[in-house]
Amino acid sequence: MIKLSGFGWRHAGRKRWALRDLDLRVERGERVLLLGPSGAGKSTLLAALAGLLAADSGEREGTVDVDGRAGILFQDPETQLVMARSGDDVAFGLENLGIPPDQIWPRVDEALRRVGFPYGRDRHTAALSGGEQQRLALAGALALRPDVLLLDEPTANLDPEGADLVRGALAQALDPDSTLILVEHRVAEALPLVDRVVVLEPGGGVRADGPPEKVFTEHGDRLAAEGVWVPGHPVPPRRAVRAPGKALLCAEKVALRDRLAAVDLTVLENEALAVLGPNGAGKSTLALLLGGLLKPDNGRVRATEALAGTEAATPPHRWRARTLARRIGSVFQDPEHQFVTARVHDELAIGADPSTVDVLLGRLRLDQLAGANPYTLSGGEARRLSVATALAAAPRLLVLDEPTFGQDRRTWIELVDLLADLRDAGHGIVAVTHDRDFVQTLADRTVTL
Amino acid sequence: MTGLLARRNPVAKLAAALVFTLALVVTLDPLTPAIAIAIELALVPLFGLSYGTLARRAWPLLVSALGVVVTIVLFAAERGGDHLFEAGPILVTTGVLTSALGLALRVVAIALPGVLVFASTDPTDLADALVQNARAPHRFAIGALAAFRLAPLMRQEWQQLTLARRARGIDAGRNPLAALRIFASTSFALLVGAIRRGTRLAIAMDARGFDSGMTRTHARVQHFRLADAALIVATVAVAATILAISVAAGTFRPLL
Repeated sequence: MIKLSGFGWRHAGRKRWALRDLDLRVERGERVLLLGPSGAGKSTLLAALAGLLAADSGEREGTVDVDGRAGILFQDPETQLVMARSGDDVAFGLENLGIPPDQIWPRVDEALRRVGFPYGRDRHTAALSGGEQQRLALAGALALRPDVLLLDEPTANLDPEGADLVRGALAQALDPDSTLILVEHRVAEALPLVDRVVVLEPGGGVRADGPPEKVFTEHGDRLAAEGVWVPGHPVPPRRAVRAPGKALLCAEKVALRDRLAAVDLTVLENEALAVLGPNGAGKSTLALLLGGLLKPDNGRVRATEALAGTEAATPPHRWRARTLARRIGSVFQDPEHQFVTARVHDELAIGADPSTVDVLLGRLRLDQLAGANPYTLSGGEARRLSVATALAAAPRLLVLDEPTFGQDRRTWIELVDLLADLRDAGHGIVAVTHDRDFVQTLADRTVTL
Repeated sequence: MTGLLARRNPVAKLAAALVFTLALVVTLDPLTPAIAIAIELALVPLFGLSYGTLARRAWPLLVSALGVVVTIVLFAAERGGDHLFEAGPILVTTGVLTSALGLALRVVAIALPGVLVFASTDPTDLADALVQNARAPHRFAIGALAAFRLAPLMRQEWQQLTLARRARGIDAGRNPLAALRIFASTSFALLVGAIRRGTRLAIAMDARGFDSGMTRTHARVQHFRLADAALIVATVAVAATILAISVAAGTFRPLL
């Protein structure tokens, strides 16, 4: 069915092989969870199986044989949909394969039904939630009747409800002889779908291969330490060591038309506050308002003297940017939005005084990457750098929007530890989040919108 | 879309708009665009559009036409014709006003057909018709359509990038040079994001067999009917008539 012998791939312009010496056989109907620490080449392997590694984009060793057609589902729903209407999007792949027009629409309808798509074919793709878009993308892959279905962290970019939607669609859409290869670092969520686990070794080859219980008994501890969310390895909570102190920032009936209904809350020093709420409740908008980045059109955001000294009477959105960065640090959902230079070191040098740059780099494990371009960092590295940039000007208050989104276990623990340390050193922390584990491990208080 | 002309094949509508525009480009007189605008406005209901919708779509056009008038009145070198009035150093004459109004009418008359066609055509239908009726390569038509879908994301992205710069402690204050630098760095970040998204979309399209060398079929069929050909022929006739009127009235001024 699938057979790799001595397979290796090196992306053009890279010194390191993304994959090497890989021997693997997967039979028809097997459901495989593919694991490995970040950088082990999981996504590269899926791309190879999907036939997406163009000969001129790198160097190849060994052989890959896939018997039949492969379909693939990626992480980001936004960049997988091609057409404006849902039905047209599912039809897109069928048109490409030259399926006769009279067979296209019955197959589109069948695929939409299999994934439980709740709307008609004419539904605009832009009007769908992330989870619904990902379901539609799955229908687009299934309509081509793939012999092998490849899933590259299909729920990593979704909120918990969206992820549930997609997992439900997958469970319902797979038939007994579908072959499945799934990359997913949240193991507990993947286990109901798979019967075999393959662990890739960074640098080459397969570290472990077998039924899930056996692999996790033998390799679970090491995988957890490397960043995989292995069940049965809970992270101990980090409770505050001091009682909450003075108020730093107050939101008083703060609201923004069409985006946020009136909210009251107070942020205290020595405290981590989590803001929860469903999609569309305005959590990210609230983070921008608290961060002094948007002007509320109702109510007000008031800084206290503890945060702003004599300038407490001026609302944060009217402070000069440099002053703002010294008082309130904001961490955006997409780390790349915050990068303004071409070197990791320069990113921190913008706000920090020179002596603290190296301290920050070391503390966030970025010292090896000081010369790298921020846009070339991995997801976890980029997240650490974005937090470091917000800390550079030493603000008392830190406002974070979904800081743990899509992070592996290792980066996740580092983030929680860093935020806990900051809190215990007297900072105020506000995090807008969907992540229940994050709330349980770190939050001292929650506000639900 | 309802409306006799809205339902025509998108390629026919596009061709008709091009023919009509071409007739307006060849002459510099004010009479031709004035007649053309009257015809264009009369056809608005046939494109299934209300005048309110048209005004919302076309307001930047009206602003630029007004800009043309103001610029010419202020800066035109030729000040022939009768003196109307003086405003400080500016001498307003009939000659200046005629050329200003003429140019403004041309701007509106030339742009309106395009506004009507795009406001009454679904982008998917246009791409389908370009491939099926005008033999445009599907790589181009479907590729452009997919890119078009990502465009609204760029606006949100720009806002996020701007706010993130303020959060980093970077603002221009009153320094125009700093503002320019921030604009450049924000544009660069937007470009990096756009390229990254475009690449991901291209890979996803690849994975679904786009442009894999197989003969593509069409799930949605666009027909080029007799009525579509008639639309183009009628447009040619109307354009020729307008030009003939202009010549007969003695106002025709060829571009070259």
